[in-house]
Amino acid sequence: MSGRFLMNGRVAIIGIGTEGFSPVTPHLSFKELTYCAAVKAYRQAGLHPKEIDSFITASEDFMEGYSIFDEYVPDQMGAVMRPVHTVTAEFLQALGVGVMMINTARFKTIAVEAHSKASNIKTLHDVKAFALDPVYLRPLEEDAEFLAGLEMRRFLRDSGNTEEQCAQVVVKNRGNALLNPLAGHGAKLRVDDVMASGAVSTPLKRLDAAAAADGAVMVVLAAEDVARSLCANPVWVDGVSWFSAEGNPWSRDLGVANYAKLAARKAFAMAGKTVRDVDFAEVCDEYSYKELQHLESLGLARPGEAGYLTENGFTSLNGDLPVNASGGSLGVGHAFEASGGMKVVEAVLQLRGEAGAHQVKNARTGLVQSWRGVPTATGAVAILSNE
Amino acid sequence: MEIKKVPCKGLSTEEYDKALKVDWQPELAYAWDNGIGIGAYLAALKEGKILAAKCDGCGRIMLPARAFCELCFRPTDGYVAVHDTGVVNTFAVSHVNWDASRLKEKDPRHLPAVIEIDGASKGQGILHILGNVKPGDVKIGMKVRAVWKPAGERTGSITDILFFEPVK
Amino acid sequence: MGYRRVAIVGAGLTKFVRRAQETGPELSWQASKMALDSCSLRLKDVEMITLGSAPDGFDGVHMKGEYLLSGAGGSNKSYIRNFVGGGTGVFAPIHGWMHVASGACDVCLVVAEEKMSSCHPTPQGAFITIFDHTTEQPLKPTLIWIFALEMRRYMERYGLTRADIARVAVKNKKNAMDHPSAQVAGEYTVDDILNSEVLAEPVHRLDISPAGDGAAAVVLASEDVAKRLTDRPVWLDGVGWNLDTSYWATKDLYYPRYVEKAARMAYDMAGIKEPHKEIQVAEPYDPFDYKELHHMEGLLLCPRGEAARLTAEGYTARTGNLPTCPSGGALGVGNPIAATGLMKVIELFLQLRGEAGKRQIPGKPRVGVAQAWGDLMQVGTVVVCRS
Repeated sequence: MSGRFLMNGRVAIIGIGTEGFSPVTPHLSFKELTYCAAVKAYRQAGLHPKEIDSFITASEDFMEGYSIFDEYVPDQMGAVMRPVHTVTAEFLQALGVGVMMINTARFKTIAVEAHSKASNIKTLHDVKAFALDPVYLRPLEEDAEFLAGLEMRRFLRDSGNTEEQCAQVVVKNRGNALLNPLAGHGAKLRVDDVMASGAVSTPLKRLDAAAAADGAVMVVLAAEDVARSLCANPVWVDGVSWFSAEGNPWSRDLGVANYAKLAARKAFAMAGKTVRDVDFAEVCDEYSYKELQHLESLGLARPGEAGYLTENGFTSLNGDLPVNASGGSLGVGHAFEASGGMKVVEAVLQLRGEAGAHQVKNARTGLVQSWRGVPTATGAVAILSNE
Repeated sequence: MEIKKVPCKGLSTEEYDKALKVDWQPELAYAWDNGIGIGAYLAALKEGKILAAKCDGCGRIMLPARAFCELCFRPTDGYVAVHDTGVVNTFAVSHVNWDASRLKEKDPRHLPAVIEIDGASKGQGILHILGNVKPGDVKIGMKVRAVWKPAGERTGSITDILFFEPVK
Repeated sequence: MGYRRVAIVGAGLTKFVRRAQETGPELSWQASKMALDSCSLRLKDVEMITLGSAPDGFDGVHMKGEYLLSGAGGSNKSYIRNFVGGGTGVFAPIHGWMHVASGACDVCLVVAEEKMSSCHPTPQGAFITIFDHTTEQPLKPTLIWIFALEMRRYMERYGLTRADIARVAVKNKKNAMDHPSAQVAGEYTVDDILNSEVLAEPVHRLDISPAGDGAAAVVLASEDVAKRLTDRPVWLDGVGWNLDTSYWATKDLYYPRYVEKAARMAYDMAGIKEPHKEIQVAEPYDPFDYKELHHMEGLLLCPRGEAARLTAEGYTARTGNLPTCPSGGALGVGNPIAATGLMKVIELFLQLRGEAGKRQIPGKPRVGVAQAWGDLMQVGTVVVCRS
């Protein structure tokens, strides 16, 4: 990489807002859901949307049930007749684009939004299957989650982690979620509950997979000078990067998350930090094994050790490296493109010391990581700090 | 560089018919939450009324009803029923169905129009259909009124208004 | 410190056809490979990739950015898909500009793909879901309606006839006879256009660009890299985009105010004060013949209501004062949505380098503007190029 990224100074998060993050949100339309999140984020940033220079949404047409969902973005962001664009990507990628835009020095403030109305999709499994390659994979007529089963088996075999250790991730994250008011899936579970929860795509079991959630997230980014003048507790985006691994699932290494490895390397380089600087992490846990796989691919655990570290409390709320103190997707609910946004919000709360019952100790630098779900090998990493 | 030759092979109908294909009919079904604003709008349609929202910030009376003013970025300040009459802002005479298939010669033409509704702020229009009028007689600026489904048949849908017809 | 100047250094384009034998990833690959070859680069020289493509409904794949990834060279790269409906093709290089101008990378590959023939029986079927699901879709609208509504409003406002507008189709279809990618080039008379099959009065078959398949790509580079690669870089000196409200029936359709805003953003950045004097070649988006006129006015290239008269006087012909759509535009070359927008930017690239062959406009043009448009009459995307 050219290494000049962040050549125009640092970028900070100066406002966050969420709405929903529950299994259903029947009282609000998708516009109203986003509006509620946006109002909170703008108020926190001390800015009217007219004072925001540009707006980004992360969305996918088939998750919305619209062709060209881009049409329905500006009103609820306060962005009518303004420079707005959509990335069909995960929230963290949109955040990265926002950081990039501020680094062109043409924009001082950017609002980034993503939301999920997954509860409005009556055929969610069909939508997911519609993402499979039409020639090579769809004719197999398998649920898209078969890929998660393939990945999980390969990962466990290659790394030596176990199904029980994956189950321990579920126990931990859903336990953490009991402490997070945003989370809809807090529960006191035992490893046995997960193991006995029924096969989805062996070795993947029902409780290994996060339940879908509705929710909207808005984050306001600002250039360093604006952030310092407006905000008493800015949270800095020290590094952010997104990568895609081998595009075709049938020819990629399913055992490792190469996208996370590549994105982490670049994000750490940008931030001038290493894994040793990370005080807590919010990583993608749409499936339990993904948390372990991601921890190893990110370099936060050595290959084969993520399960052991989980079992021994290393990644629990009071451990050396708390992982998914929010409860993660398993505990909060998986809000698709907005899931990375939920995790950014969690990291901001942690770094401001505002996480309440799920506050981790001495949070100075946090790593947030996302993945776009099956059948993709695309994900992003951000390094956030309060220093 | 000068681009003289470009790749990509276009298939003739004959070649296309012979080509091996994978067919896929996705099962895509959605049930959208209407929320506060559109929920109120639909409930009013069921009552035979067109509902707008007013914003004390910009003074607009907006269609359709909405929970927040997108320009002032604040909650709207209440709903008002506007008239079920209006003015044709623009219209088309459509010879095709929604999927671009052609209407049959004997079928009546579709007459979609943007109708600025009386009682709402200037320019606040909605998309609807014109009826009880020959295509050649439609004019921009024409006064029209809603023709409603009978009260018992309304479901809380934009189709509770069958069409707009000219005010004689 | 400000942003880095960004140049287009290479371009690739497929033929635009009704039904391509190639898959979407294959089309993307063809354009990408041609673009890289044109500036003697290899994929390993590319650090980041952004791909533009319009609705997933056309290709018939959910998360189609991920599906197209392998063809666009995205494996093991920072890859993202941008999406602003019909405006995507011109937005794609704007997204690429962000990548290079910010310092995120020195070389960015920008790809635009559309394969509309995958959608059966016609891509029009995918268009019903662009309308509001609650307040509009029950009326069974078709996309052609809104263009007919807009065209009639425009004609009424300025007292124009269909013949005034049909001249655009005649000009562009003829221009396209010199374009190697052209799908529907030909010599037509105004009467041919007027007497073609009616779709939704006032729109007839030949007022409309056809659906099509195709892909385009450009390579963007930072100033120092560009100067190493070519002695004729074309600078991306102005970028602008804008999105209007989704309540499309509440604004007067006779004038595209969002295009004007996008244009002013781009002109301001490029230091253009009098666009009608300073711009020597224009590629406004012309999916319908009236749209070229509409967009000339929105781009401030002529006074409101004057575009039809200027067209009749030959002002916009290849030999006129302001050659407009010398490529042949969407009406002549074809309209695989995102690919068309980028095709227009490629036309500026070739014209400003004096490499447009039989399409070359006289007088060594130095400044050009390209524009695309989309959504529910909402999006304007504008780039200003300089040699």
